[in-house]
Amino acid sequence: MGFEQFVFYVFAGLLLFAGAMVITVRNPVHAAMFLVMTFFTSAGLWLMLEAEFLAITLVLVYVGAVMVLFLFVVMMLDINLVPLREGFMRYLPVGILVALAMIIMMGLVVGPEFGAHPVPERHGPDYNNTAELGSILYTVYVYPFELAAVILVVAIIAAISLTLRRRPLVKHQDPDAQIAIRKQDRLRIVKMDSEKK
Amino acid sequence: MAEFIQGLGLPEALATFIIILIKIVAILMPLLLALAYLTFAERKVLNYFQARVGPLHVGPRGWLTPIADAIKMLFKEIIIPSGANRFLFLLSPVLAFGPAMAAWAVIPFDAELLLADVNAALLYVLALTSFAVYGIILAGWASNSKYPFLGAMRSAAQVVSYELAMGFALVGVIMAGQSLNLREIVLAQQGGLWMWFWLPLLPLFVIYFISGLAETNRPPFDLAEGESEIVAGYQVEYSGISFGLFFMAEYANMILISVLTSLMFLGGWLSPFEGIPYLEEWFAWVPGIVWLLLKTSFFLLLFLWVRATFPRYRYDQLMRLGWKVLIPITIVWLILLGGAIVGEVGPWFD
Repeated sequence: MGFEQFVFYVFAGLLLFAGAMVITVRNPVHAAMFLVMTFFTSAGLWLMLEAEFLAITLVLVYVGAVMVLFLFVVMMLDINLVPLREGFMRYLPVGILVALAMIIMMGLVVGPEFGAHPVPERHGPDYNNTAELGSILYTVYVYPFELAAVILVVAIIAAISLTLRRRPLVKHQDPDAQIAIRKQDRLRIVKMDSEKK
Repeated sequence: MAEFIQGLGLPEALATFIIILIKIVAILMPLLLALAYLTFAERKVLNYFQARVGPLHVGPRGWLTPIADAIKMLFKEIIIPSGANRFLFLLSPVLAFGPAMAAWAVIPFDAELLLADVNAALLYVLALTSFAVYGIILAGWASNSKYPFLGAMRSAAQVVSYELAMGFALVGVIMAGQSLNLREIVLAQQGGLWMWFWLPLLPLFVIYFISGLAETNRPPFDLAEGESEIVAGYQVEYSGISFGLFFMAEYANMILISVLTSLMFLGGWLSPFEGIPYLEEWFAWVPGIVWLLLKTSFFLLLFLWVRATFPRYRYDQLMRLGWKVLIPITIVWLILLGGAIVGEVGPWFD
């Protein structure tokens, strides 16, 4: 077993461990932290596949932004876990059925491909995965890429317009009006003679 | 040094490992010393701003004060509040401090003087600095106390907001430098003072520094601490070296932001006299790292200067500044920048 394989198994083992902990651990904040750990270990695996851009983006987007907001929500909610666990035995058969279906489907999709391709060649240190990804994304796949961007913008605008509401009773500051104030609007200098003794 | 270790007859992997380890120590030891003396510099600078004298008594003219502070912190008891989540309470200072150190792996100090020449260095730094917020959030939550929790919530919202502006500013740098590699970004700025990216990317430069202030929770954006409202925010319950780690992480992040700003906008190790007759030759003997350190020190001074000058932002003002001012400006500038690069506007993009 080479060093690289050793690193792979360390990351893969940690990934499976953390993934299992996400769904079994009792404390929701701990579960969120284990999810962060799964993101990190899968980023490590992607780095080994020479996909450094995807790996770092995974950490940047999911760990740096999505999970922070997630943690934010989990901490604010005082989740009572007892009612969540009540139906466990009742739903177990259905759960096992869904899990089996998923495994069979993944087997059908991945199975025939497994080992059918030669091991991809290692690139030299000059190889730049980011540049390769960029050039293919902006040439071959430019229309799907633009389409995805448009969908994202629509989603952003929709999300903002859903939360946008006027609250008439709340006092607001108007920074433009504050900046636009001039001295003569507010201040009057009064000249007075000094009092005589 | 490297040849000496390779000549010892060790297995090659082990020799490489030892060389990397020595390089890490060579980066981190001066860094730790620098952040100890940055605390001293901060007290001195603030004191002079406020017409006081500052620490004087430990060592000659007070120069041993940071050492005394460090020893004091190390020997103080770490108090764990009852009802605190013990594991996360002790883990979170480490989570705050670790990324602040790890980001230094990709910082180039000179054209050849760097630990790891990574293709996606800029993304790596951004990912690590965005991870630092976990230390603060978990500290607030694990303390099981109201003020730390409020501080943590403030910090989470603030850091996520300002990271967007910061990321957009970095996109501008990537576009102008045509690379994600910090070394290549610096080399793209060759040609003297006016070729450095601070000029074509002026709004992004200012916004990057402002978001850097917010990301490091420095005044005027230190609402996560806000001692007049929430005592000291997320670090209320911490004592001894567990507090010390948060403290050191903040200063390490300050130095990191300053170095990154100098690398991306002020030409890194490049001499400011490049292309100027006579001056260029007179200063040709100065090694690049000196210029980088000078530029970094300037930004560190700016950090302290801002702290001494501006009052703290109110929370809604902070959010407004991030979302409604900084992010729109960066987006507009990115579009203009894209036009300038496509149109090959000189002297920067031709």
